[in-house]
Amino acid sequence: MRVLVAMSGGVDSSVAAALLAEQGHDVVGVTLKLWGGASDSGCCSVSDVDDARRVADRLGIDHHVFAFADEFTAHVVEPYVAAHAAGRTPNPCIECNRHLKFDRLLRRAVALGFDAVATGHHARIVERPDGTRRLARGADVDKDQSYVLHMLDQAALARTLLPIGSMTKDEVRARAARLGLGTAAKPDSQDVCFITRGGRGAFLGERIPLRPGRVVDTSGAEVGRVDAVELVTIGQRRGLALAGAPAPRYALEVDVAAGTVVVGDVDELRGDETVLEEVAWADGPVRGAVLAQGSAHGRALPAIVEERPEPEPAPEPVAASVPAPRKGALVGRGRAVVRWSEPRRRIAPGQTVVLYDGDEVVGGGIAR
Amino acid sequence: MVVAAYLDHAASTPVRPTAVEAMLPFLREHHGNPSGSHASARRARAALDDARDVVAEVVGDVSPGDVVFTAGGTEADNLAVLGLHDRRGGTIVAAAAEHHAVLDPVLARDGCLVGVGADGAVDLDALAATLDRLDDVSLVSVMLVNNEVGAVSPIPAVADVVREHAPGAVVHTDAVQAPMWLDLRTHAEGADLVSLSAHKLGGPKGVGALVVRSGASGALAPRTLGGGQERGRRGGTQNVAGIVAFAEALRATDDERATAVPRLRAQRDRLVDGLRAAVPGLVETGVTSGPDGAPDAAVRARRAAGIAHVCIPGISSESLLFLLDEQGICASAAASCSSGALEVSHVLAAMGVAPAHAAGSLRLSLGWCSTPADVDAALAAIPPAVERLRALEGAG
Repeated sequence: MRVLVAMSGGVDSSVAAALLAEQGHDVVGVTLKLWGGASDSGCCSVSDVDDARRVADRLGIDHHVFAFADEFTAHVVEPYVAAHAAGRTPNPCIECNRHLKFDRLLRRAVALGFDAVATGHHARIVERPDGTRRLARGADVDKDQSYVLHMLDQAALARTLLPIGSMTKDEVRARAARLGLGTAAKPDSQDVCFITRGGRGAFLGERIPLRPGRVVDTSGAEVGRVDAVELVTIGQRRGLALAGAPAPRYALEVDVAAGTVVVGDVDELRGDETVLEEVAWADGPVRGAVLAQGSAHGRALPAIVEERPEPEPAPEPVAASVPAPRKGALVGRGRAVVRWSEPRRRIAPGQTVVLYDGDEVVGGGIAR
Repeated sequence: MVVAAYLDHAASTPVRPTAVEAMLPFLREHHGNPSGSHASARRARAALDDARDVVAEVVGDVSPGDVVFTAGGTEADNLAVLGLHDRRGGTIVAAAAEHHAVLDPVLARDGCLVGVGADGAVDLDALAATLDRLDDVSLVSVMLVNNEVGAVSPIPAVADVVREHAPGAVVHTDAVQAPMWLDLRTHAEGADLVSLSAHKLGGPKGVGALVVRSGASGALAPRTLGGGQERGRRGGTQNVAGIVAFAEALRATDDERATAVPRLRAQRDRLVDGLRAAVPGLVETGVTSGPDGAPDAAVRARRAAGIAHVCIPGISSESLLFLLDEQGICASAAASCSSGALEVSHVLAAMGVAPAHAAGSLRLSLGWCSTPADVDAALAAIPPAVERLRALEGAG
């Protein structure tokens, strides 16, 4: 198979490329230049590109760099900033996978004659008896990344390889060391890749006005102040200037327009349902009992999922041959309600809830 | 990887066999330090002096002692801009389509940029207006041949404008891309400083020169201090073998120009005309078309003879270069940044090329060893590659 491996310069994608080359695939490596200038110290930096290139040289495969900075800005950075400006809490890694790695890159790969794109994500792709595919959790439960890949549809799953999904991180590092790859001991990437200096507040402050706001309790009485309402996340406890309060209090609502953050105790934070929008289904809408996970490394909890009554286009039948990827195909259009088996802390608007059947992803959407 | 067609001479050329032969004795036998006094040193010193004679003769209107050898075109440009600014201060003015080797030092010294026309050549009226507006211009830098699109700026006319509107200013031209296509004795006339590079004309990488004519005498502070080489203008032991090869390549380039230019111009025109006919929507960058859709022959004739630059709407350069590379065709788009990714071209932006067109830019550049078969290979490969990308990927 002719495979284009997305190589970030990290250990996981290095080993992914090595495994595919070992298996005899015709492998080409690519590093995506998504953000930052040549001297940027954060993601997609020259040193990361160099690391990927050195690994590719060592493996004897070609390596290229694709500049998708415009697409990254339009589909990841600008929506991230706009969501914060609206008081929401976005997950930019998910949007990067949805729009860049498994849309823009996948379309380019097919145009360039590749059969598949491979990445170093910790997740697996399983084939079901009826021929459909599903994304499943990676073998290393602590490193599982199925949450951030939940949007892959049948067309994308058919053209994606996740070579290290059945390995633990320790096994990946050991394999990299055995192969003599320079990335074997490189630390895991952290946080939002395009925010490298000064943190989230400084990044957003350069792009949108950050407004100080009032912190009020549910009766409307002011109990504190915050420097920037745009930086407050539902469920947040720290940083709300509530020292001395009798019991822990959490952000329940963020109203950017009014400049207020409503706080309350943990019981007031709990809810028993979450409404999801832009739901992407693995192979058509699912109803009934699922496991639902509300954060990248959180636990999946039992829930009942109900479709919203809004009309939904029928899922396309599984084609005999793999269709060409379409631009925007991974943008979810469904709506659903998740009823949790017991009340849980609210999912912040903008965060993603991924729905599982056992270890397999059946869909996911963005909390309203 | 088999190279079927090398069409990236503007990036770097194969070294001429005569240049390789010329440099080998200075790697093997005559390895003395040219600053020394013994026989081996004197032999190296003589070779440097011979090389200086060649450069001075090909550039014209300069004594050999005012040829400063450098480690390439970028260093020559940096020495011109930063060396002059260090000594004279003032405001540096450059054209907006300059190579980064000029642009970046100019901007680092808070210089001022002047626009280029839709053909990529410097806008002389805008230059005059800028010089009138500023009262402390110390240097004006305008490239002779643009490295991306092959536009030729009229350096003698630039020099006239500078003499009239900023009489004290020094004129620099980055002529790195020029010697293959233009006689510097006339086309670089009036420039006080001329930058050259060996690997654009069949010499090795890492060798170049800054030619300092009398108008810039004493105007440069050295950027590299050391053993006082190059008359104190560039410290460091000279790259004797590289310089010898550079001189040989430059001499051959100058000797062959009268026959090479018409031959390569015909190939370039066949290449661009073939692409225009086979690729719908393709635009020949900087060349206007008549009412019948044919290119304006006079405009095309003013451009460097061996550089073809086109913009292909509906595709991305990266993808096209990937497909061509797979077929052994070496080409390029905009300048590459240090990570290997393609940058948005400041040259195309300065020319007013729409971003949607610039995204599909392609440069095919011919050189001393190009053959009709190179053009045939490109004409066979590019149209189907464009068709495939338009069908499967699109531009965004």
